[in-house]
Amino acid sequence: MADRKTLQADQISGHSGASPGLGMQRDLEVCKLIDTTTCIGCKACEVACVEWNDMPFQPTTFDNTYQTMPKTNWNFWNLIKFNEHQNADGTIQWLMRKDQCMHCADPGCLHACPADGAIVKYANGIVDFNQENCIGCEYCVSGCPFDIPRFNPMTKKVYKCTLCSDRVGQGLEPACIKACPTGCLKFGSKEDMSFIANERANQLRENFGFQNAGVYDPQSVGGTHVIYVLHDATDPERYGGLPKNPTIPWSYTVWKWLFKPVLGTFALFGFLGVLAHYVTSGPRMAQPEPPTKEETHG
Amino acid sequence: MASGAIESFDNKARREFESLGRTRVYRGELLRHPVYTRVLHWTVALFFFLALFTGFGIYLPWLFRWFTPFFGGGPLSRQMHPWFGLGFVFFFGLQVLNWLAPMLWTAADTKWMRNVHKIVSNEEKMDPPETGFFNAGQKVQFWEIVGGCIVFIITGAILWGGAKYFGGTAVAVSYVLHDISALIMLGGIFIHIYQSTFGEPGTFQAMIRGAVSEAWAWTFHPAWYKQVTGRDPVQACEEARRKMEGRR
Repeated sequence: MADRKTLQADQISGHSGASPGLGMQRDLEVCKLIDTTTCIGCKACEVACVEWNDMPFQPTTFDNTYQTMPKTNWNFWNLIKFNEHQNADGTIQWLMRKDQCMHCADPGCLHACPADGAIVKYANGIVDFNQENCIGCEYCVSGCPFDIPRFNPMTKKVYKCTLCSDRVGQGLEPACIKACPTGCLKFGSKEDMSFIANERANQLRENFGFQNAGVYDPQSVGGTHVIYVLHDATDPERYGGLPKNPTIPWSYTVWKWLFKPVLGTFALFGFLGVLAHYVTSGPRMAQPEPPTKEETHG
Repeated sequence: MASGAIESFDNKARREFESLGRTRVYRGELLRHPVYTRVLHWTVALFFFLALFTGFGIYLPWLFRWFTPFFGGGPLSRQMHPWFGLGFVFFFGLQVLNWLAPMLWTAADTKWMRNVHKIVSNEEKMDPPETGFFNAGQKVQFWEIVGGCIVFIITGAILWGGAKYFGGTAVAVSYVLHDISALIMLGGIFIHIYQSTFGEPGTFQAMIRGAVSEAWAWTFHPAWYKQVTGRDPVQACEEARRKMEGRR
């Protein structure tokens, strides 16, 4: 972004008034928009993800659905979840949702992680794992409300979708976006994507009869940098278990940031306590104590 | 039935270990801990500190990042920690079987606990005459570790399996309980080490050589002294005092 700012016109010859556009800045927060209503389940995004991140192709697990495997894996970060949902009136909806890291504004994995620098959240909203600092405790797995981080038993470290932070850093869109043939995947600023998502939801409500259509951008984790357009935003669970109200366990906020250091210090007071006892009360001796020097004091 | 099996197991273990090591008891001394007890104690201690030190790197990695390299770095610390923990719980479990009888709580212990401030402040030079092989403080420490081990085993299994098997909430709760249990044990171990070395001189050799002086026995565990020697601890102490003063 630095280049864009340095190329803003500061002074313009023969121009009256302020330089147009000076000091303007675009919203830096990026966002991936997934429109589940136009996804055709082609899995091009799955392939693109595996390709770009240089991960080996996996044998598929056949479980009588179109899904490649039941869950994402440490080397498979992007999975279309298929669900045949029966509506109240007996009609069938074939739902497809691209499942990957949601890049929360308030990331549960980052709260849970005890290791210095293993998880970072960039200013643009991307939540990224630095495996060189990971100690493999897997707390992030339990801190994530979306069940995303995956442990690699070979390297003993945890992996997940990076939102192609390497591509985004170079001004490119994530690999999955590039591969999507229907345009159901979009990438841009959070502001723009929210606008497009809400327009689309409006359209679904007004023109297509999906009264409950809406945008999934859960505020319980401060919003996410991956947002969905859903046919029925009142029941996200039907889209392969998208939580309605994702939350971070309290123990990762209160215990970790407050009580952990405080009570750790208390344990050290045990050491100070016995030291204080030794210099004030002194040791208890086996009786009778041999008389040593004459006491002159106390 | 079960207690009989435990007793015969303990007796066999004590016999076997007696042939592996030796306990020299000199004149004026009493046998305190046989070889089996001492070996168990130091094995438990070894595993405790290995688990504690690898646990530091998981508890507050940013504070202990200079320390984790001793265990091959963060990931290896994390991998070894549960195994060290299992070793600690296993060998402590043997110690529990070995010590179950003398660790049972009695009315005298409740009384001892009510007067604990007098003993801590050094007001009472000698323990109350009912104090047996273990005093109430030692028993509290022992049963705290028993309880702590149960917490460690349950929460540790959940943390080891992870959210994949037990769900995120179970892990999030377990890690808090695991930490609290470790902190209590850490605080207790300072007191344990202090009392057995600087706090009550003459105690440490009980776990090293296995023998203690008679004076130590009648001062800190009078009822036990009476049980093994048949002499009255207070009288024995007074006798020793007179002898000491007569020599002066």
